[in-house]
Amino acid sequence: MIKKVSSHIVQNEPLVFELSSPGKRGYQLPDLDVPPVDAAQALGAENVRSEIEGFPEISEIETIRHFTRLSTWNYAIDLGLYPLGSCTMKYNPRVNELVARTEGLAWAHPYQPEEFSQGCMEIIAALEKALAEITGLDAVTLQPAAGAHGEFTGILMIRALLETRGNPRKKILVPDSAHGTNPATAMMVGYTVENIKSNNRGMVDLEVLSRVTTDDVAAFMITNPNTVGVFEENIRKICAIMHEKGALVYMDGANMNALVGIVRPGELGIDVMHLNLHKTFSTPHGGGGPGSGAVAVAKVLTPFLPSPRLERDGDRWTWNFDLPDSIGRVRAYYGNFGVLVRALAYIMAHGGNGLRQATLDALLNANYIRALLEPSYDLAYRAPSMHECVFSDDRQAKKGVRTGDIAKRLIDYGFHPYTVSFPLIVRGALMIEPTETESKRELDLFADAMISIAKEVEENPELVLKAPHSTLIRRVDEVTAARRPIVRWKPQTKASQAAD
Amino acid sequence: MLETIGLDSEEDLISYLPQDVRFDKALSIDDGKSEYEIVEYFKQRAAQNGNGYRSFLGAGVYNHYRPVLVDTVVSRGEFLTSYTPYQAEIAQGTLTSIFEFQTMVCQLTGMEVANASMYDGSSAVPEAAMMAVRVTRRNKVLIARTVHPEYREVLQTYTRHQGIPVGELQYKKNGRIDLDALSKALDDDVAAVIVQSPNFFGILEDIKETSRIASAKGALLIVVFTEAVALGLIEPPKEADIVVGELQSFAISPSYGGPYAGIIATREKYIRQLPGRLVGETTDAEGRRAFCLTLATREQHIRREKATSNICTNQALLALMATVFMTVYGKEGLRELAEQNLAKALYLASKLPLEFDAPFFNEFVARSNGTSPEQINSKLAEQKITGGLALGRFYPELKNGMLLCATEMNRREDMDAVAAAFAAS
Repeated sequence: MIKKVSSHIVQNEPLVFELSSPGKRGYQLPDLDVPPVDAAQALGAENVRSEIEGFPEISEIETIRHFTRLSTWNYAIDLGLYPLGSCTMKYNPRVNELVARTEGLAWAHPYQPEEFSQGCMEIIAALEKALAEITGLDAVTLQPAAGAHGEFTGILMIRALLETRGNPRKKILVPDSAHGTNPATAMMVGYTVENIKSNNRGMVDLEVLSRVTTDDVAAFMITNPNTVGVFEENIRKICAIMHEKGALVYMDGANMNALVGIVRPGELGIDVMHLNLHKTFSTPHGGGGPGSGAVAVAKVLTPFLPSPRLERDGDRWTWNFDLPDSIGRVRAYYGNFGVLVRALAYIMAHGGNGLRQATLDALLNANYIRALLEPSYDLAYRAPSMHECVFSDDRQAKKGVRTGDIAKRLIDYGFHPYTVSFPLIVRGALMIEPTETESKRELDLFADAMISIAKEVEENPELVLKAPHSTLIRRVDEVTAARRPIVRWKPQTKASQAAD
Repeated sequence: MLETIGLDSEEDLISYLPQDVRFDKALSIDDGKSEYEIVEYFKQRAAQNGNGYRSFLGAGVYNHYRPVLVDTVVSRGEFLTSYTPYQAEIAQGTLTSIFEFQTMVCQLTGMEVANASMYDGSSAVPEAAMMAVRVTRRNKVLIARTVHPEYREVLQTYTRHQGIPVGELQYKKNGRIDLDALSKALDDDVAAVIVQSPNFFGILEDIKETSRIASAKGALLIVVFTEAVALGLIEPPKEADIVVGELQSFAISPSYGGPYAGIIATREKYIRQLPGRLVGETTDAEGRRAFCLTLATREQHIRREKATSNICTNQALLALMATVFMTVYGKEGLRELAEQNLAKALYLASKLPLEFDAPFFNEFVARSNGTSPEQINSKLAEQKITGGLALGRFYPELKNGMLLCATEMNRREDMDAVAAAFAAS
């Protein structure tokens, strides 16, 4: 029985280009208060374009209807649980949106004089301080634009440090349970990647790690809790093994929502880590971005932080560009400031104790889901779960139904699916992260849906295999999309219309 | 809930963690604040900034009016609070808008394909350079000194450990790239030539000629832009192999440097070398038009260390702002907006001594005599005007140069005040 949703009328809508007709307009410009110019004369006729072919021409009401109609085709946190594992889809507080639009902040230009930017700089300083406190590390850069960008920044700093020690080394070790960004990042910093096989509990195998950690190894990239939602209990030993060989430890902070206020990575021996402010610190995903990949480092890495660094000079903040050991810039200006404002607002709303409580609530919700689903699905590993739990589709696969099918059926029940087929070390993974902001009612509805689907798999697998049934569109043909990519709209010519 | 799990208290959820990994103190962060206090805190920070100044700063970040519809659309929770559209059946809103975005970027730049966005313009430059290295199987890149200085710094950071040497190309007295120097610097190892147009000085580069010289040596041409409004009026860089740029001008507030939205666009034949996410058109099981993420085999979550880039998150919401902006202004409006910008800049420039004489769009370099640009800016600050960027910081040879930008947001009387401050210097 589907309790969370009913079907209703949805508006159809063509592409904006198909709505266009010549002469329609939705803009107004003020009258020009200087003499008009002839562009061809000012720039040279060869530098002036003819019209932008195909560009939209629609009215204001058509514009608002167009995008509003499109929006109704999306699922979102605002509509319900979004249990994507390792994505930490929590509620995005609206006060954060408001404060990020405060006029004096939103209209601050990155090159306006420092004396007129003290408020922005104060915000950056406050967030750096809070994140250093949360991670237990010594310094923080807020320049990276996203998690993978943070990884890149962190590994660049590791390389810079090792170079000053005389040898940048050759390899980065990555567990086979890691996010794909980790190995891709290592390559961009000129390292080769060695994948480390996890043990039968889904954790880093200390013996394997000791064996492969040679003088060639620059760093180990570890996600903790790992991608099966389990805390790497041997983290101190792992750090010791690496440090003994002169290698460093990078922590992927994608799962930091499990640790804030209860574990500080810096105290475990982690040398450098990134935080996804758009996960742990509640800034909205916006359909894929913007993010912010703040990076926290131990003292030994601080000379290599990206340029510029914020510094205190008497009673004012100043940017220091004179950093001879810095890895340089990873992007222009100072980072995704608007995202930083939102993250600081989140931290302020919670306070130290509230942040810790949020972590416990995230753990509670994940373990509650785990307990409710264990009778119906096979747990990938029995180790205690932190903020997410990972099942395998082994039981359902016997009926020919895979994790991707269960995910699609979940859509009919009014939920966004969990993360499908990741981590790669789990056969047919269902990776579920409810986050702390969900109510018991929402979690119960989700568990009911999952249990109901498990029954459907037993009784009527076809129903699941053909899902979703109630969406605007049915399953899409991704194979053809990739084989013959159409990635832009083109006007139908007379010839192509005739061919149709 | 605890009973279902079989625990007595929430603390039991972490009691199994070894004592030596647990942080048992309280975080040294102030207690939680109310919504009112949070709003006040940020109002106070904003008040610490300079407020009510009329600005002539450009240099990669531009003051343009943000139509009301933009925030109306992006504030809808269905756009704001959704994830990357991996589940196509319940993400057609985001997917359709990205498909429109990709199309508009192509229309604007004269390219054939564009991705779903990059972090920003600066990081899109090295991604394009890496792409050119993959396409040509050559390893060097040449970048004009007239490309945004911070973009060039980012390129250095990215290429340093990938075996991609970067050479810089000088500009001539007219503010354009020195094409003779380019011809001399080109050899069979050069994968790409990177130029910006309008360049950092606001000047239009000769893209056709640059392309001719680069392609004669088998190098790709990468054209960068920071002022997207220019593309409403100037000839798009059709001869480029890759176009990268920044869409901040399209309704994305300056926000002290970010978040913005970068773009990368190219020719169809290079599509499989593009980094980042890409939305494609397809059909659903009943034959209806539908959109989905496509060509994922380029990307890190499938290809891991063999991916075209490590990029994962992009700037979807900012790309949506730009899409709404482009829709609101449309074909006629973007041109009229660009014409207004050009007219304002020409008016201001007509009253100032100029460093260069080549055609420019909405920013240009003025030269101060005697008084430094910094001193002129201090004078202007007294009238609540933020002057231009003093160029000495990036170009020691232009220590008397001030990069000024005029947009539809600048009023004539403020431009006259700037002219007066120069005249008095």
